[in-house]
Amino acid sequence: MTDALSRLLASRDWLMADGATGTNLFNMGLEAGEPPEFWNTDRPDSIRTLYRGAVEAGSDIFLTNTFGGNASRLKLHQAQGRVHELNRIGAALGREIADAAGRPVVVAGSVGPTGEIFEPMGTLTHALAVEMFHEQAEGLKAGGADVLWVETISAPEEYKAAAEAAALAGMPWCGTMSFDTAGRTMMGVTSAAMAAMVETLPNPPIAFGANCGVGASDLMRTVLGFASTGTERPLIAKGNAGIPKYHDGHIHYDGTPTLMAEYAVLARDAGVRIIGGCCGTMPEHLRAMREALETRPTGPRPSLEDISAHLGGFSSASDGTGDTSGDPKRERRGRRG
Amino acid sequence: MADEDEIILADLSDDELVLQMHDDLYDGLKEEIEEAVNLLIARGWTPYDVLTKALVAGMTIVGADFRDGILFVPEVLLAANAMKAGMFILKPLLVETGAPRMGKMVIGTVKGDIHDIGKNLVAMMMEGAGFEVLDLGINNSVEKYLDALEREQPDILGMSALLTTTMPYMKVVIDTMKEKGMRED
Repeated sequence: MTDALSRLLASRDWLMADGATGTNLFNMGLEAGEPPEFWNTDRPDSIRTLYRGAVEAGSDIFLTNTFGGNASRLKLHQAQGRVHELNRIGAALGREIADAAGRPVVVAGSVGPTGEIFEPMGTLTHALAVEMFHEQAEGLKAGGADVLWVETISAPEEYKAAAEAAALAGMPWCGTMSFDTAGRTMMGVTSAAMAAMVETLPNPPIAFGANCGVGASDLMRTVLGFASTGTERPLIAKGNAGIPKYHDGHIHYDGTPTLMAEYAVLARDAGVRIIGGCCGTMPEHLRAMREALETRPTGPRPSLEDISAHLGGFSSASDGTGDTSGDPKRERRGRRG
Repeated sequence: MADEDEIILADLSDDELVLQMHDDLYDGLKEEIEEAVNLLIARGWTPYDVLTKALVAGMTIVGADFRDGILFVPEVLLAANAMKAGMFILKPLLVETGAPRMGKMVIGTVKGDIHDIGKNLVAMMMEGAGFEVLDLGINNSVEKYLDALEREQPDILGMSALLTTTMPYMKVVIDTMKEKGMRED
């Protein structure tokens, strides 16, 4: 157990991760469509402010500004040649803020999806995905990231490719998927399927879980799905602060700090070890979450009813796990051989 | 299933063939869709009827099951791929036969965003519904959208985005159009 995250997990019941990156950068003047990763070199002080905002609000872990820092995404801005540089500097700025925090803070190197679809439906091959993630991982490692943090993944193939890249870079890692389509990922993965898939990997993540998706209540339902598999592996919950709404030309998430504090306590009571926010989660949300986690007593594992009573209803009737034999089936004319 | 009789498309009546096409679209069977489209045309169907009664009606079932969490993106992509193969055959015939045209659409994913699954599906369904569609692809700047609007004079502009950091770009495009008075055209 040599990595900073495992050490922290061993000494604490829960850890708080950070909140939003994009939403915070927009408030500092990032323009829509511009790659946030360019700010690592163009506006390093803004990135320091972003990281410091999470640390000062009580985060034990924060993610680097490198979500779209793979060759496939950076190519949109003719920056596919800058993968190593942008990731290295994004992580190095994080190292600087974490080391000055005066307490252990983990720098998690954010690795988002490539945006491409795997063959046979799309064109992305396993080898190419591994190569892209590996290139990014080496940059994050060179900048001093403690762990790789793979997030917002929909396809199991992509999750596995990122795991292989972590192994190639010799990095410990965590990985979350986004469950945004009737309780499953866009590609149809259920919470139970993800929990099972994680254990099949040769280098399983330190922790796994869910991020982004559709609001805090859906994310909590997914988390209950992980917990009900009986997994021993630490769980991660990083839910959005509500649903995005347009207000005066910018996107505003409708979840209040009070709601996110409720969500944090529910996540802890559900057995989640690493609790944070995603889109729309600002430092004021994080402060409320930290305070609630420190002051409110631990309760029993919440039920689905508890979750919808505290956080609002779900976006779909079921999360796709369990017995689906009673579901309506389309009447078919018979299958082909 | 191996124990079921193999289905011979050419032996089916028109009504049965159309129902079979709905199933085959649902299962993403591209070659079967191509064969069935050619069969219906050979039987004297208008291209427009093949499009609406077989392909669009079939994709409507796929769309409803996606909405209801029965199908997910991989299945929808396979279905769309089969539909596309059918459309490829029908497109020139639709033009030849002067099938009804609903209007013209320009569509594209906004700057900084690579995600185009939804956009591709919308483009295909709009084509299926009788629109002429110009697809600008991914990563489109305001300038690219405006150029296409000038050049193509479409009735509808479609924009797509998936990310928090790219969603607001739609408003950038709309605001620029307002400034130039293009929304009133």
